[in-house]
Amino acid sequence: MKRITIDPITRLEGHGRIEIFLDAEGNVANAYLQIPELRGFEKFCEGRPVEEMPRITQRICGVCPGAHHMASTKACDALFHVDPPPAAKKLRELYYCAHMCHSHIAHFYALAAPDFVLGPDADPAERNILGVIAKVGLEVGGEVLKHRAYAQEIQAVIGGKATHSVCGLPGGMSRAITEEERADFEEKAKSMVEFGKFSLKLFDDVVLANEDYLGLITGDIYTMKSYYMGLVDANNKVNFYDGDIRVVDPEGKEFAKFKPAEYVDYIGEHTEPWSYLKFPFLKKVGWKGLTEGKESGVYRVAPLARLNVADGMATPIAQEAYERMYQTLGGKPVHATLAFHWARLVELMYAAERLLELCQDKEVTDPNVRTIPTATPDEGVGVVEAPRGTLYHHYKTDERGMVEKVNLIVATVQNNPAMNMSIKKAAQGLIKAGQVVSEGLLNMVEMAYRAYDPCIACATHTLPGQMPLEVIIRDPQGNILQTLSRNVS
Amino acid sequence: MNKDGFEPKIVGFCCNWCSYRGADMAGTARMKSAPNVRIVRVMCSGRVDPIFVLKAFKEGADGVLILGCHPGDCHYAEGNYKAARRVPLLKKMLEQLGIEDERVRLDWVSASEGNRFTKIVNEITAKVKELGPLSRDEREPNG
Amino acid sequence: MAKLKLALYWAASCGGCDVAVLDINEKILDVAELADIVLWPIAMDFKYHHIEAMDDGGIDVCLFNGAVRNSEQEKIAKLLRAKSKVMVAFGSCACFGGIPALGNFTNRNEIFQRAYVEAPTNVNTNGTFPQTLTQVEEGELELPEFYDTVLTLADVVDVEYFVPGCPPPVDLILKVVDALATNSLPPPGAVIASEKTLCDECERKKEEKKITKIYRPHEIIPDPEKCLLEQGIICMGPATRGGCGQRCILANMPCRGCFGPPVGVYDQGAKMLSAIASIYATDGEEDIARMVEEVVDPAGTFYRFGMSASMLKRKRM
Repeated sequence: MKRITIDPITRLEGHGRIEIFLDAEGNVANAYLQIPELRGFEKFCEGRPVEEMPRITQRICGVCPGAHHMASTKACDALFHVDPPPAAKKLRELYYCAHMCHSHIAHFYALAAPDFVLGPDADPAERNILGVIAKVGLEVGGEVLKHRAYAQEIQAVIGGKATHSVCGLPGGMSRAITEEERADFEEKAKSMVEFGKFSLKLFDDVVLANEDYLGLITGDIYTMKSYYMGLVDANNKVNFYDGDIRVVDPEGKEFAKFKPAEYVDYIGEHTEPWSYLKFPFLKKVGWKGLTEGKESGVYRVAPLARLNVADGMATPIAQEAYERMYQTLGGKPVHATLAFHWARLVELMYAAERLLELCQDKEVTDPNVRTIPTATPDEGVGVVEAPRGTLYHHYKTDERGMVEKVNLIVATVQNNPAMNMSIKKAAQGLIKAGQVVSEGLLNMVEMAYRAYDPCIACATHTLPGQMPLEVIIRDPQGNILQTLSRNVS
Repeated sequence: MNKDGFEPKIVGFCCNWCSYRGADMAGTARMKSAPNVRIVRVMCSGRVDPIFVLKAFKEGADGVLILGCHPGDCHYAEGNYKAARRVPLLKKMLEQLGIEDERVRLDWVSASEGNRFTKIVNEITAKVKELGPLSRDEREPNG
Repeated sequence: MAKLKLALYWAASCGGCDVAVLDINEKILDVAELADIVLWPIAMDFKYHHIEAMDDGGIDVCLFNGAVRNSEQEKIAKLLRAKSKVMVAFGSCACFGGIPALGNFTNRNEIFQRAYVEAPTNVNTNGTFPQTLTQVEEGELELPEFYDTVLTLADVVDVEYFVPGCPPPVDLILKVVDALATNSLPPPGAVIASEKTLCDECERKKEEKKITKIYRPHEIIPDPEKCLLEQGIICMGPATRGGCGQRCILANMPCRGCFGPPVGVYDQGAKMLSAIASIYATDGEEDIARMVEEVVDPAGTFYRFGMSASMLKRKRM
């Protein structure tokens, strides 16, 4: 069968390859998203002191290290049975909102926007962040760079450095912030709120006002019906830092709600031999293969999923944007994959507003940000919403707090089944018999996964194995003379 | 796991003032001992930098012996105390790197203790023989 | 001067070094003036076939981040070496192995067991494992082979410069950009950071290093003005190259060594081990044993970022 290979996939975090198989007529028979990378965190963290895990596990990802840092720190709180002081929790959430701002700005403007601002089939040499800045002009480009820099600066002050911070400890934070720092953050947060509004408007002007793009968003090739998962607070509103996990079905009805420690009862992971990345699914529905709909255990995470799962946003401007999105796209839940981009900007709005709320909370400068753990550590689960989806860190330690076992379900991995399906659907919709397959067309296939803002380094924190092999040597009569095997049980 | 015919290569760091002279005495007195220890004379057991031990293993040693003056007798007053602090921590680290505890030994031998030198050499040789050669599993890309 | 051709690539990495390049913010426009970026998978759509089509030496500088731990990464490292005049090991992983090199405490089989069999959420009754070659209905699918051992970039190709850090700080990145712009790169083999240790840069009060107990970071609230080692918290400062801006120290947390060993030190872990043993203020056998107990993870702490560059490189199994 003829095949088209896209290698490597680009404008996302991580390594991947798409293999598209064409049948005799030239239509797409199947498409596979293969992930070739893995590192092995769940094994090599064994034997490490658990309080080092927030620093080690964040190296799973350099785009969303803050998410790992926080999930890991919360898992450490849980296993030490220690409750941080209120100021520590607020400071963590403040840090975390800044982190969400950095990540969502980076994704939308650097990774996603080129497709919309320059066009999906623009010259690859221009279809990137530099091309976007050239097109929108230095003033607008400068605002983008400035606000992501604000978000990085806030994280750097609290955490030592923005990428791979050091502040998270079991029981609290390594340092408190001064009034001067808080005041500076407040100014940055105010500016961020304006930038959030600006970004939503830009999406309006560049994407929604463009009939072709709106058609792509609402069209069939980029639509997929699935379950959705996300963290919600006590009022069922989106919260990035804490809450319960809620799952809704493809019709938007609540399917499950559970606490972090119960995740093993709900999530299963399936393996295919052609990718190092696993395929999570809802245990209570079952793995039915790469299929859509209510009978399939496939579920999605990240911005669109979080908005589908929640009853609204906890801050006013974001709530307005949320309502507008659902109004425009025909009610909840929205299954249009490209709407992830829109949802991401609604979340940026919320992150900015919530950041400002926390910056204006005087308790956040309280110097008491540490509770020294006293209980014997054992086992704990920490969950946050990473920019790219629900993130679970689960550790088991010995009585000295040395790590014995680690299990991680990392955001993007949960979108792996959906990404495969979205890519296949887009390929089948775009590549037809007798048509010239241009670079721009292949880029439109890539747009199918790019909306998920995948983070493959996150997804593939684990490591793979060696192919089982058996060789049987027979004599001319067919009798077995010798059997050689490797890894065959 | 005593492979027949396996003769361990053991590097022995001996301090100039006590243990090296003790080794000399064993030799002059024709005391019989296993021939597996290759002696490296250092001025003091405190001179033995952990990196010497790592290098020895990297270059093919199956065991490392470090011999100094008895506590209180060091020619430089405190050198052997430095070794006494360093080596236990090094052994713990080496264990994590797959190098068993019995492959490294720190002990004290005075200039007149030829027989003690011989005894220690025989003991470590026997122990390392039992453990077998240290795996040469290093960096080859394909495992 | 004609525009330089610049490539940025990532192997077994987390993406942080690429984000660090974006953190130079508006100076990215200066980079765009100076160079045409011909490969940067996180941000640009150039594919492997674009690189394969280039002339040898067609790329002026390649900033290569990430360690090498599978056959695809080794292959692309060699491809980029052939096509580049200058290779830079960018970030701790490419320089020393980084965090992924903690994988050298284990091997492919063990990790395989954990990821695809043991983990509590796995549902894998058929015992399926990823394969280097899979037959599907439509044809064959390949995956790269995973190595037992994580390697540095210099283990597989010649490297001209090393920029350490996890990730490298913005001012070091700008130093590299500036050197490129003014054609004033140092002699090959240089590490672009400080020639001194972190202790030299650290502004904390240093008095006398004599400790009787070791504390783990969550066990005490350290004095923010005093040297952390003097308070009994293991800090890799004495065995780590400076140039990072003491960022972790400023957040009241100890250094974990991401800038690698200082000048003249061949094994960072051995050096740090010596330093810790030197500051024990005790000689009794029992006290020493207790202190050894208190250093809960010597290899994982002293070689946190540097397993691949260490003398022994990996655990013997």
